[in-house]
Amino acid sequence: MKKIIEFMDRPDIRKKTRWILIAILIGLVLIDPFMEKHPVFVVERLPAFYAVYGFLSCALIVAVSKIIGKLWLQKREDYYD
Amino acid sequence: MTSFIPPSVVFIAGAFLLPFFKGKLQKFLIVLLPVLAFISMHLLPTGNSGLVEFLEYILVFNRVDRLSLVFGNVFIIMAFAGAIYSLHEKDISQIIAAFIYVGSALGAVFAGDYITLYIFWEAMAFSSVYLIAIRKTDKARGASFRYILVHLFGGMLLLAGIVIHIASTGSSEFDFIGLNGLASYLILIGFAINAAIPPLSAWLSDAYPEATVIGTVFLSAFTTKTAVYTLARAFPGTDILIWAGIIMALYGIVFAILENDMRRILSYSIINQVGFMVVGIGIGTPMALNGAVSHAFAHILYKGLLMMSAGAVLYTTGRSKCTELGGLYKSMPITLGLCLIGAASISAFPLTSGFVTKSMIADAAAHEGLITIWMLLTMASAGVFLHAGIKFPYFVFFAKDSGLRPKEPPLNMLIGMGVPAFLCIFIGIFPQSVYQILPFAVDYVPYTSYHVITQLQLLMFSGLAFFVLLKYLQRTDTITLDTDWFYRRGGQIVVNMVGTPLVHLSNSLSKTCFETIPGFLIRFGENPTAAIKIGVDTMAVWADKKMGKTPPLKKLVREKKIYPRSQIKPLSIGAGVAFILFFFIMMFLIILNII
Repeated sequence: MKKIIEFMDRPDIRKKTRWILIAILIGLVLIDPFMEKHPVFVVERLPAFYAVYGFLSCALIVAVSKIIGKLWLQKREDYYD
Repeated sequence: MTSFIPPSVVFIAGAFLLPFFKGKLQKFLIVLLPVLAFISMHLLPTGNSGLVEFLEYILVFNRVDRLSLVFGNVFIIMAFAGAIYSLHEKDISQIIAAFIYVGSALGAVFAGDYITLYIFWEAMAFSSVYLIAIRKTDKARGASFRYILVHLFGGMLLLAGIVIHIASTGSSEFDFIGLNGLASYLILIGFAINAAIPPLSAWLSDAYPEATVIGTVFLSAFTTKTAVYTLARAFPGTDILIWAGIIMALYGIVFAILENDMRRILSYSIINQVGFMVVGIGIGTPMALNGAVSHAFAHILYKGLLMMSAGAVLYTTGRSKCTELGGLYKSMPITLGLCLIGAASISAFPLTSGFVTKSMIADAAAHEGLITIWMLLTMASAGVFLHAGIKFPYFVFFAKDSGLRPKEPPLNMLIGMGVPAFLCIFIGIFPQSVYQILPFAVDYVPYTSYHVITQLQLLMFSGLAFFVLLKYLQRTDTITLDTDWFYRRGGQIVVNMVGTPLVHLSNSLSKTCFETIPGFLIRFGENPTAAIKIGVDTMAVWADKKMGKTPPLKKLVREKKIYPRSQIKPLSIGAGVAFILFFFIMMFLIILNII
């Protein structure tokens, strides 16, 4: 177990892991035109719809959370004390 | 009663037996009870049994059908995992409370009439609050008070609804009601409070994170899912629930992203996940209900697992804020591994339980042509990965190194986590294991290349978004306002607004009644004639001023100065009596005259 952790901690392995993840991302987009789609809605026919929608959804969620958090909801920890 | 013992009785009676045993025998019994309950549940005959006459109603303790059995099964499995997880706990009272709580939840699920349901519903509230209060911190004490107050309020609404329902229909049978009339609204709100539908949800994220390590594990499984069961039983196909569920799903994500406390992140994540189930119940088609029920099944296991891993971190480090944690992967790799299985399941990665259950709900929405709902559900699915799938493990086990090097938790905790972790993967690989026990026949194939690839696209790019936006997601030492503000701060403000003027009024009233008026009377009584003279002179001075004459001010000042000693002597008693006599005669004459 310890060896695995040390192995994963090595800077060169960390870099490689990152590249593998990026390769998976690219692969998932590239495979999109070649797979057999059976969409229910028209939007699903858009190229790599799920990838784009997933990314944009998260960006939107983070932006909205950040804004209402900063302006309104987030308070110091002793707020109720 | 029949010869069958309901599983709820096994748990509750067993809980009361626990204190009479010690050491290994007690631990053995703790693990044995869920097993016995599981056996007793499967011995129950299908249909209604355990009938007891109560006044003019019949209480149904065991209503066994496909819907109640799914929840019964997963409740007992979770109780079994939780029991193993709690074996190291020296404070047996926590386990007793937890078992009574589990027994009550089972009682509510198998209740065939409203009266039995209500009894177990309240028993759940009272046994679960103990798991919060027993942590004995100030915050836990406050949170447990608010928790029980909210649940008592919800219980009142439910009771009111039940009473009206029974009075108007004459039947106490608990079955489909749908939205029609006051009784159904009251019952729906009572259920909605336990299901944590915003704005009635703040009790959950307020109280669960303050409970004990094992308390939160049990709490996360039963209250909300019992409410999901009752909603699925009484309100399937109620349109308003679709939007309520969507709001829950998105609200849970936003708050989980803002939160710092890891167990509070997971608590908001419960609201988010229950949102998916509530949407399924709102759609109400067989496929949607299957999705909701199977998702409840899967959710109990992976949320239990995530809460257990958070509990393990709290147990070994004593900390629960993301800002104080980080870098734990170095010394707790097994806990991390189990946690990642839970994280993958909640995010619905292929080969995990979430993938084969959650997708049914979104597909049911698609089949009904509800494109807006489908888009929002898909957005929420991406958001789940963001807050529960990555954020929780990343900030606790990776991120900046906190320098903490805690050991792995005790073996029993790891085994307790292993049970749901195994099932998360097992269900992911063999979805039929859950599909075959669902209320309706399942015609759904989760593993198509299209579904797997699109799901991976959605999740991996959500992950990319997390790391791209990481600097906006850094944790801060803050808490997040929720609707509990209304009773934690709003209540105080109302008290101040109403109380301050009232206190002022009461003060001035008592001053007038008990100081000013008596003081004046005493002063007046010292020399009434002189006092009247001063009064008359004061009026004369005032009148003179008005008419522009020079008032005899000096005389008045001198009179006031020497009061009560005055040239005018107080009237003798005889004069007083004569005056009163004169007064009476006058009265007498007037009255005579009138008559």
